[in-house]
Amino acid sequence: MTKVTMTVNGKTVSGDVEGRTLLASFLRDDQGLTGTHIGCDTSQCGACVVHVDGVAVKSCTMLAAEADGATVDTIEGQANADGSLNVIQQAFQDHHGLQCGFCTPGMVMSAAALLKENPKPSEQEIREYLEGNICRCTGYHNIVKAIMAASGQDVTAIAAE
Amino acid sequence: MPKDTGIGAATVRREDVRFLTGTGEYTDDITLAKQTYAVFARSTVAHGTIKSIDTSAAELMPGVLAVFTGEDFAEVGGNPAGWLINSRDGEPMKEPKRPVLAHGKVRHVGDAYAAVIAETVQQARDAVEAIEADIEELDAIVDMNAALSGSNFVHDEIGTNQCFDWGWIEDNREATDNAIKNAHHVTTLELVNNRLVPNAMEPRASIGSYKASTGEYTLHTTSQNPHLTRLLISAFVLGIPENMLTVIAPDVGGGFGSKIYHYGEEALVLAAAKRLNRPVKWTADRTESFLTDAHGRDHVTKIELALDKDGKFLAFRTDTKANVGAYLSNFSTATPTFLHGTLMAGNYTVPLVYVNVKAVFTNTAPVDAYRGAGRPEATYSIERVIDKAARELGMDPIELRRKNFVKPDQYPFASAAGLEYDAGNYDALMDKMEEVADVAGFAARRAESEKNGKLRGFGVNAYIEACGIAPSNLVGVLGSRVGLYDAATVRVNATGNLSVMVGAHSHGQGHETAFPQVVAEMLGIDPAVIDIVHGDTSKIPFGMGTYGSRSLAVCGSAVVRATEKIINKAKKIAGHMLEASEHDITLADGVFSVAGTDKSVTFGEVALKAYIPHEYPLEDIEPGLEETAFYDPANFTYPSGAYACEVEVDPETGKVTVERMTAVDDFGNVINPMIVTGQVQGGLAQGIGQALLENTSYDENGQLLSASYMDYTMPRADDLPMFAVDHSQGTPCTHNPLGVKGCGEAGAIGSPPTVVNAVIDALQSGGKDVTHIDMPVSPARVWEAMQ
Repeated sequence: MTKVTMTVNGKTVSGDVEGRTLLASFLRDDQGLTGTHIGCDTSQCGACVVHVDGVAVKSCTMLAAEADGATVDTIEGQANADGSLNVIQQAFQDHHGLQCGFCTPGMVMSAAALLKENPKPSEQEIREYLEGNICRCTGYHNIVKAIMAASGQDVTAIAAE
Repeated sequence: MPKDTGIGAATVRREDVRFLTGTGEYTDDITLAKQTYAVFARSTVAHGTIKSIDTSAAELMPGVLAVFTGEDFAEVGGNPAGWLINSRDGEPMKEPKRPVLAHGKVRHVGDAYAAVIAETVQQARDAVEAIEADIEELDAIVDMNAALSGSNFVHDEIGTNQCFDWGWIEDNREATDNAIKNAHHVTTLELVNNRLVPNAMEPRASIGSYKASTGEYTLHTTSQNPHLTRLLISAFVLGIPENMLTVIAPDVGGGFGSKIYHYGEEALVLAAAKRLNRPVKWTADRTESFLTDAHGRDHVTKIELALDKDGKFLAFRTDTKANVGAYLSNFSTATPTFLHGTLMAGNYTVPLVYVNVKAVFTNTAPVDAYRGAGRPEATYSIERVIDKAARELGMDPIELRRKNFVKPDQYPFASAAGLEYDAGNYDALMDKMEEVADVAGFAARRAESEKNGKLRGFGVNAYIEACGIAPSNLVGVLGSRVGLYDAATVRVNATGNLSVMVGAHSHGQGHETAFPQVVAEMLGIDPAVIDIVHGDTSKIPFGMGTYGSRSLAVCGSAVVRATEKIINKAKKIAGHMLEASEHDITLADGVFSVAGTDKSVTFGEVALKAYIPHEYPLEDIEPGLEETAFYDPANFTYPSGAYACEVEVDPETGKVTVERMTAVDDFGNVINPMIVTGQVQGGLAQGIGQALLENTSYDENGQLLSASYMDYTMPRADDLPMFAVDHSQGTPCTHNPLGVKGCGEAGAIGSPPTVVNAVIDALQSGGKDVTHIDMPVSPARVWEAMQ
């Protein structure tokens, strides 16, 4: 077992992990942060996306030990300080960018990373960026629309509802 | 003006907040005290005889608490098929036992033959590797034709691989044959409806727990219908008394059919929990999901369409082989028959339909209902052959369809496939589609594509489906072994807020938002005070769950009936409070008034009085304000639609891109247009996925080649366009109180033929004499067809 310490959503946490323990498992099983989901075993679906030192990472692709000393942000830490939804989360609700909710944490974390590097992405840029996040419910239409809206773009011209 | 609340309002979803903040609670998020973990040993061969299983080494591994094999479940029941189909000769279908764990033989790759329970999931995983199974590999039965002609059987005890040979409508067989023999023109098409994996993003998971002091079991599981799962486990598999088993499906991360069914893993964790007296949890990894979730479609069909010289349809005749896989999943026998054959008249006045379906066992994963379930297969066959006929006859594909549409003055319309359509207007849908899709502008868009070296094609489709599953008396005659009503309880609490317990179970459909809209509208109160309770058999009266686009049409109708009972009782209480006859009491905006006076009491005051019955006529009215209704529909509902697709084909590579996708649907009345549009968009993505990307591929040894997201092509954001969705042309359902039809599956039903029709049109426009390409229409297949 190896002792790891990291800052998760602003709090310092530590735990003893096996060498093979994935960051996703550490967050879910050791820290009880079950908002980070595991939807596949080949690092394809993106339900487990978190930010490690500000960079979007599939947490099923990273060992917990590799995140020792890092700053990790998960979906649980995304809301505003008063508990209200942040701009991206609010846009997802306003534009019905989620249905079953399982891929949603990864989508929101990927969207946040995208908008950090590209504050006004085009529809095509959003679609290409989300290539590593699979959603089976929405057909992506409203996810793309929500991210455009979250970036301050006018989405009224995109099909209704 | 759109409404802010109630029926018809595009209310944002209240459940979103927990999903967006990572505080949803899916089965795998739950950890019970003293929880242990199950991992399954699964067959790596498609077909084999189990000679021996030595678990002794595994049992000595660190942390291992128990190891189970098929022997442990030899005496318990099998997981049954829910629908009895009789063959054309009257013989009942073959129903081999589907055990909890494979016993005697393994029948598909992934078939579980043992399970290890350990303190940690890693320890269980390690111990599974230590199980020594001597499995003698047998020749795999993969191809359906070979399955029907050989002497190698998936289930030796039934001596055939044919489950049934079904005819519909058998009495029309000869007349259909004659119509086709004598017709002016017959168009024939052979096609494959490709096997798909539903791929809910949340893998299946189950936690069994047992309370020795009372003998009560609890199963947390990823289910679309917890009551059905309880019924199957209690009555057929483990024999646990129904009142000693609680099934809880918490938040469920998508289903698309795959989580309707009871699976052996659920029985295993319950049995193991009792033996160990500790909770036992199992969570599928994605590979297990690919190998063991019920798959969808997998039909091979020959369809013939007979037409007269004016293009009027005279008969449809189809010959289908339907793969049911290695075992009968719960709805697997209904899907290729009564959810498929009964829709084979489409939206058309065709007088004769004959459908033959042979269901075939193979050494592949079980196949069952997947989004649309039988109706996509019917629609694909019908709408592809119509398109081919239009081309052969030199007719416009839209005009050919219009010529044969059932017209608005023909309802109720008895279709040639045995259903009674209650309402619809297919010409209005087609008109709207032509407008929304800007059909008039297509020629210019095609010219632009051609300028860029691309071929552009336009495809159209008209579909009808049967939803609101289902009238129990009718399906009982057709072989269903269950009733398909639903139930709801409306509980008005003393302080005036409401709990509504529903038998439907949302796994993405937004029930927590939409059902309160209905109740709020009826009572004239704020939907925010209404809470939906679902997914827990201990809290809700009963329910058949969510599938077949039934939640609103069936369970929503039960909600209406229960709310009507609440209103009736509340009027009696209000009448007493206001010293007036209940017949003179009216309800508007949450206030009960005596007609023609200014006397009134609020809904909240009536609720309080019901629970604090002072000065209350106890001899006439019971205290409390809670009502339950069971609703059994009088008929199916019949959503219909007109779809259009424009594709570009790159003639250099064969790559197809969907440029425009338009869905115009008739769902009857709409409760929440935002949710309805979202349902259609998701269905379109799955239908486009089937048409262009997705395929489930077994090799000749029964190895699943597409068992991961590296190999199975899920539609991604950059594979799809924005969608144009319209549901303005609704004709209300005539037989349920809300006039609703159901919208969950339409997109997946209407889109595959639309896309393929567009691809064929593109290739034809490039001078290629291509009349059909099987799905998925991959670049390789397109390129090959063009050579």
